[in-house]
Amino acid sequence: MERIDYQQLKAGEVNLGTSIMAVQFSNGVVIGADSRTTTGSYIANRAVADAVHYNLQLYTQSAGAPPTVHTAASLFQKICYENKDALSAGIIVAGWDKEVGPSVYNIPLGGGLFRQPWAIGGSGSTYVYGYCDATYQEGWGRDETVNFVKNTLALAMSRDGSSGGVIRMCVITEGSVERLFVPGNELPKFWQGTEVLSAPKEKAAAFEPQVVPMAVE
Amino acid sequence: MDHFPLNWGRPRNDGLDLYGTYPITQRPNHAPKDAFSAGIQHTQQPIVTGTSVLAIKFKDGIMMAADNLASYGSLARFRDIQRLHPVGAHTVIGASGDMSDFQYIQSILDELMIDEFAAHDGHTLGPAEVHNYLSELMYARRSKMDPLWNSLLVGGFKDGKRFLAFVDLLGTTYSASTLATGYGAHIAQPLLRRAVEGNEDTLTEDEARKIIQQSMQVLFYRDARSLDKYQIATITAAGVHISESLKLETSWSFAEGIRGYGAQTQ
Amino acid sequence: MTSIGTGYDLSASTYSPDGRIFQVEYANKAVENSGTAIGLKVKDGVVLAVEKLVHSKLLVPGANRRIQTVDRHIGLATAGLPADGRTVASRARDEAANHRDVYRSPPTLKTIADRLGHFVQMYTLYSSVRPFGISTILGAVDKDGPALYVIEPSGVFFGYHGAAVGKGRQLAKTELEKLKLSELTAREAVMEAARIIYLVHEDAKEKEFELEMSWIGPESNGQHVAVPKDLFDAAEASAREALVSELE
Repeated sequence: MERIDYQQLKAGEVNLGTSIMAVQFSNGVVIGADSRTTTGSYIANRAVADAVHYNLQLYTQSAGAPPTVHTAASLFQKICYENKDALSAGIIVAGWDKEVGPSVYNIPLGGGLFRQPWAIGGSGSTYVYGYCDATYQEGWGRDETVNFVKNTLALAMSRDGSSGGVIRMCVITEGSVERLFVPGNELPKFWQGTEVLSAPKEKAAAFEPQVVPMAVE
Repeated sequence: MDHFPLNWGRPRNDGLDLYGTYPITQRPNHAPKDAFSAGIQHTQQPIVTGTSVLAIKFKDGIMMAADNLASYGSLARFRDIQRLHPVGAHTVIGASGDMSDFQYIQSILDELMIDEFAAHDGHTLGPAEVHNYLSELMYARRSKMDPLWNSLLVGGFKDGKRFLAFVDLLGTTYSASTLATGYGAHIAQPLLRRAVEGNEDTLTEDEARKIIQQSMQVLFYRDARSLDKYQIATITAAGVHISESLKLETSWSFAEGIRGYGAQTQ
Repeated sequence: MTSIGTGYDLSASTYSPDGRIFQVEYANKAVENSGTAIGLKVKDGVVLAVEKLVHSKLLVPGANRRIQTVDRHIGLATAGLPADGRTVASRARDEAANHRDVYRSPPTLKTIADRLGHFVQMYTLYSSVRPFGISTILGAVDKDGPALYVIEPSGVFFGYHGAAVGKGRQLAKTELEKLKLSELTAREAVMEAARIIYLVHEDAKEKEFELEMSWIGPESNGQHVAVPKDLFDAAEASAREALVSELE
């Protein structure tokens, strides 16, 4: 039974159940998410994303060059930090820029800014920290990284009731943004054996003596 | 407001969130609910938190230590962050409590130091000035009912003088030859006092390092929000030096022979 | 001057019939009357130097600086009304701090020059204000390397390899053009800068002057600071020598 303390959430908001992830590799990043969200937070997060999008466009026009990933992450961080009372948004910013190449930034609930080689977020992420720690290695190429993101999200979706649906991913490199889609019926499968074992069956009687009526004299 | 550093970074409350799906620290709220409260409430709790910071005076200056962990409730979420921050050429601040507020404090101090640099008047801010600035900042924010959720240690060495002082989210300040925040104030402080008090002017850097290292080790054994990866800052006449990440060596052989928990009989 | 008495020069918000704004042109005159300021953008850094005319022997040495710091890695030198230089420098510092606040990274010089250019231009639009009587040389080493810009009273700004404003600008520019700026080190540029300032100073006509020099380069750790005393003294001594040998 799942009980959420609704007083802990901001007024008028429901818990955002989802799984998100981004990983950097040699010449780009892979960013991915499941498709299950609840409307309250979704709209709030769109507003933040729209505000940052506006500012990034403004930056591009006035500086005459596209902003770095760090710039984008800093804008998100500023909004999240300054409005921490009103927002409950955990954000991952990932991308490629000319200055540092690929980078991934994590902006957790209070509005801090942390650069990481890989970042996971959303309610589903809590189930897969161990998998990521055990699996991630530096020096991967694109395909290995895409697989890592796909597998992690599939695992999170299978254990987190608030995550699920399909996986959407983007591979961002210097020259391109490639979109990938994994339908819900083609998610990678992991151990699917019997989880709950029934009570041990009674041993079948190996030998049943033939009962022969006693001879009556 | 929860003023008690010991309450920060507590484990999730299983009574309220059985499967830990909602990752913020849950804490019962006994405050009366009135119609106006929603309009004036600010940050009610720290979220991404750092645990203890330790600092002592020694012969040549100040030594400070903090581990590299930023917790998210009981989740060890960021295991490679730095909680010791140099401010100018004479000062280091060490932070426990909310890491987003600590990052904010860093940017505020950076701006302050740039202003001083630009003034180009032959003066630089030392640890005493930085500490006083922070105490004013922390007190101003608590007076707006919107505190910066940190306990900070400020250590430094300038003009031949050592400086070591504390300031927290209320603007409370004090100074001593050994200081510790959070769990360290309870577990490490007695150890530090026994080793340092009265010996401030004779302790060598190596001896100081040993005391700090032992205290960090005890904290790692006892503080469930700590990490065995930490850094040491030394501030002396030569300036500020913050070490690379160091690994705490621990020994668990004592545990092997322990018997007798619960119903265990042999 | 053709403008005098026509009435078109009384306000910055009024064009003359042939499309000029005389108030801005007069502001340029204020710059031309000032002691020279130069900037050199070289291989690994930027050097700023100023011929600060000392109008009174009673002044404390080093007073009324004309080279100011904007950010750790940005400096500026002004020629013209010193008080206007203070205002522009203060605004530049605000712009830099604001950039850091919003983007959590140090600004590039181009960004600051752009913002400052707009600021200066605003003072050419209204009858209630006076255009700035200064030209500003901005120097920095930012993520794109060394950079040098000059903002004029009209608000226009250009990037340069070497720049000179104020009284001795013509001669200074000629001297700058002789140098292979992109091959010099900051240390070598300090020597040249001192030499040029001493060269353009007109000893006979002018009052005494103080040489002011700052640099941003590898030896200053990428920070905008005054040239260290030993180098400054060496540069000044060698500048004096060069002057003497030229006279002979």
